[in-house]
Amino acid sequence: MDWLTTVDHKKIAILYLIAGGFFFGIGGIEALLIRVQLWKPMNTFVTAQQFNELITMHGTTMIFLGVMPIIFAIMNAVIPLQIGARDVAFPFLNSLGFWTFLFGGLLLNLSWFMGGAPDGGWTAYAPLSSTTYSTTHGVDFYTIGLQIAGLGTLIGGINFLATIITMRAPGMSFMRMPMFTWTTFVTSAMILFAFPAITVGLVLLSFDRILGANFFNVAGGGNPVLWQHIFWIFGHPEVYILILPAFGIISEVVSTFSRKRLFGYSSMVFATILIAFLGFMVWAHHMFTTGMGPVANALFAIATMLIAVPTGIKIFNWLFTMWGGQITFNTANLFAIGFIPTFVMGGVTGVMLGSAPADYQFHDTYFVVAHFHYVIVGGLVLGLFSGLHYWWPKMFGRVLNETLGKIEFWTFIIGFHLTFFLQHFLGLVGMQRRVFTYLPNQGFDLMNMLSTVGAFLMGVGVILFLVNVVITARKPVGVENDPWGDGRTLEWAIPSPPPEYNFKQLPLVRGIDAYWKEKMAGNKEMTPAEPVGSIHMPSPTIIPFVMSVGLFIAGLGFMFTTDDFGNSFLNFLFNNYIVVIIGLGITFGSMIVHSLYDDAGWHIEPEEIDGKGAEA
Amino acid sequence: MMKRWKAGKRLVPLFVGLTFLLSACGREDLSALRPQGPVAQGQFDLMKLAITIMLSVLVIVFGIAAYVLIKFRRKPGDKEMPKQVEGNHLLEIIWTGIPLILVLVLAVATVQKVFAYGENYWEDKDAVRVKVTSHLFWWEFNYPDYDITTAQDLIIPTNKKIAFQLKTADVIHSFWVPSLGGKTDTNTEGTINTAWLEAEKEGVYLGKCAELCGPSHALMEFKVKAVSQESFDNWVAAIKQPVEPIQDPALAEVFKTQCLSCHAVGDQGGPMGPNLTGIGNRETVAGILINEEGSNKPFPGKPVKDNLIEWLTNPQEVKPGNHMPSPKEDLGLTDEEIEGIAEYLANVKLNY
Repeated sequence: MDWLTTVDHKKIAILYLIAGGFFFGIGGIEALLIRVQLWKPMNTFVTAQQFNELITMHGTTMIFLGVMPIIFAIMNAVIPLQIGARDVAFPFLNSLGFWTFLFGGLLLNLSWFMGGAPDGGWTAYAPLSSTTYSTTHGVDFYTIGLQIAGLGTLIGGINFLATIITMRAPGMSFMRMPMFTWTTFVTSAMILFAFPAITVGLVLLSFDRILGANFFNVAGGGNPVLWQHIFWIFGHPEVYILILPAFGIISEVVSTFSRKRLFGYSSMVFATILIAFLGFMVWAHHMFTTGMGPVANALFAIATMLIAVPTGIKIFNWLFTMWGGQITFNTANLFAIGFIPTFVMGGVTGVMLGSAPADYQFHDTYFVVAHFHYVIVGGLVLGLFSGLHYWWPKMFGRVLNETLGKIEFWTFIIGFHLTFFLQHFLGLVGMQRRVFTYLPNQGFDLMNMLSTVGAFLMGVGVILFLVNVVITARKPVGVENDPWGDGRTLEWAIPSPPPEYNFKQLPLVRGIDAYWKEKMAGNKEMTPAEPVGSIHMPSPTIIPFVMSVGLFIAGLGFMFTTDDFGNSFLNFLFNNYIVVIIGLGITFGSMIVHSLYDDAGWHIEPEEIDGKGAEA
Repeated sequence: MMKRWKAGKRLVPLFVGLTFLLSACGREDLSALRPQGPVAQGQFDLMKLAITIMLSVLVIVFGIAAYVLIKFRRKPGDKEMPKQVEGNHLLEIIWTGIPLILVLVLAVATVQKVFAYGENYWEDKDAVRVKVTSHLFWWEFNYPDYDITTAQDLIIPTNKKIAFQLKTADVIHSFWVPSLGGKTDTNTEGTINTAWLEAEKEGVYLGKCAELCGPSHALMEFKVKAVSQESFDNWVAAIKQPVEPIQDPALAEVFKTQCLSCHAVGDQGGPMGPNLTGIGNRETVAGILINEEGSNKPFPGKPVKDNLIEWLTNPQEVKPGNHMPSPKEDLGLTDEEIEGIAEYLANVKLNY
């Protein structure tokens, strides 16, 4: 019950981690089923229809329900601590964001049990995603599930923006913010601009499907290419929404374990902003073969290649952060070091894809599959593992097992390269992506087989991580504030795990890498910026949970409004929008309750703080 | 200038090595790395340029990374904090400038080729015009200048520009013949694309659908058959010849009512399904069942009659989700009738 009502950012982080991990597992199982099917030519392990459902759900689940929430978990756990805040700006919204994400994700995955999952690819291109060609409710689950889940992401993004703008500790100017905070800030801004686009697209598509609108229907005056533009205006920035936090994590980890400050901090900040900006300018490079004409293709090609420049700045800055340092090779840093070359490989193939005429050959082949898995798995997932190992002690008060961690790293990264490196060549020799099978003797057989072996190795790596988590959970809590010994940022100045209020007294920040600076000055703890006083805390509340349940019910009801259940009572309930009304009633009702009931929160008094023996 | 020349000199052996390495990859009639026409060749050159630049980037980054990781490990004696470096403007300018130059080199080549391949040859008198229409899950090829419609096997003369207009009859597909050139989407009415290809050698090239289009997306293949101008002219003449009907009147009736309502053979039948004229010596049945009678046999196929029987007995098994009614289940044809029709169709051949 405590977990359903919590508004504490640290607990919400754990909720995000568990839920994100759960969906990540589902997405991973889907990936393995895909690889089993492609193990040999003309395999019949799954049917063509099931395969299309698997690839659609694998992509959708991993992007929206797997890695995004795990990013949010880390952000939630770390950001308030890094900027010296007691919570996020809007704790209630933070909880609401989590619950809408969870219920949106559950709704999407219900499709497996309710007559068919979405099957139009994660991009759901029209007209394939229209009711004419996708006849099950799969795509309805996609549009409505993602709208609800996307709401959570948007709420989270806005919350982090507000938090970082308004709640930095005294002395922490923007140019003294840790790099992870910076990337979170920029990522949140991108979410703010990108997610409304996908929401609009999903609304239009559900109108087409459920209410018979014609936005993407040529016969009715619509245009399917419109969907592609809307989707990618969101879809391309989304890639950077995913990767920027990983950049932040790597910056923190590499710097800590080289015992050096980040090389070229201001150019890193500048590069991050530039990447975000360019990220919005290049969406049409997903559409070079759509027929936009040579002028548009040329412009988008050049804009795309330009992204290599700020990304290159980052890569070299990381390398020169390590230059002259004292590098410790623990698991967190292994993942970070593994990230650098792997991500560079994903980056260079990105530039290759940006060259439009060459893209005519690469587009929609396994070359693209290889490329974006190098970026998303080789970049983001390695980054996430690095971040999880790095901040685990801060979140849970226990250090993950190092030996197991190293085995986990090597299995995962070897499996990863085995799986995806070969896929570049599969694409170049003529294998399209999203094929449920392939004819023998085309030169695809051996590479596909090895790729499948690699995928299972990656699976073993992930399982080892889970084993590590379980083993670690059985150890007693109680590592010190700064278990790595070289922590540089504010979160390492407080106990692990932090007390409910994070900082007894808000710290005074006197430069970049605030905690490290104090340590170098010979201080054991941060200089406080305020006297010890009573700390205001927000009250726990069940309302966000109830609101999300309401949206879940309304979404489910909306989908089936035109169905005939062969049961007059059910028909009555659904066809008259009664279920929708009940669902929305629950949501709006809880909003009204929340508005009318004035909850001023509660306070932790100084005596209690001292009683707990917590230190600022 | 001097510096760039030096860098260029270093890239040459890499470039040559790459050509050898990459050109050994994949089947000649399928791989984008073994181009068989000017469009694919140009795209392959661009690819090699890009790969060369990118490999040199990788070598530099990996080199620095390896050096750093070996040289700057933390040793047991490292008690003192290393020197904290804020940054270095000169270095940062260098690693902003060099990528910018590399990107520019690639951008120039890219823009050049974008416009070359964006050229529209539809009005060119020397080009052969073909209207491509994609269907779930087959390809229709219409030659407006010859008044010919065929399916699955696209016959083209060598060393001539083939100008395409591409559209779809249902969902979006993508027209792709890797060894001749990159892909172009087939959009719906109103956003019709153009493209062009050219084959230098006679031969059969594998074509694929590259945009997810439903269950049988993987199986929506076609063949491009490049032949001499003479053979092409013969083919144009041959396909217009009347096709001899089925002798057995009962079977002929079944064929007419059940098959010709959608398919055309010679001057009879309808345009709903793939045109079957000349199916007896096409490369494949349904795009994926390889025929012994076809000309492209790097791997053995089966007799066209067997393939036809396999297809007609259970089309959903061969190509899930296709729109053909099952002759057996939906149309009530017996095994004998199916065999008779397969026998007949196997003999509908074109000499060219």
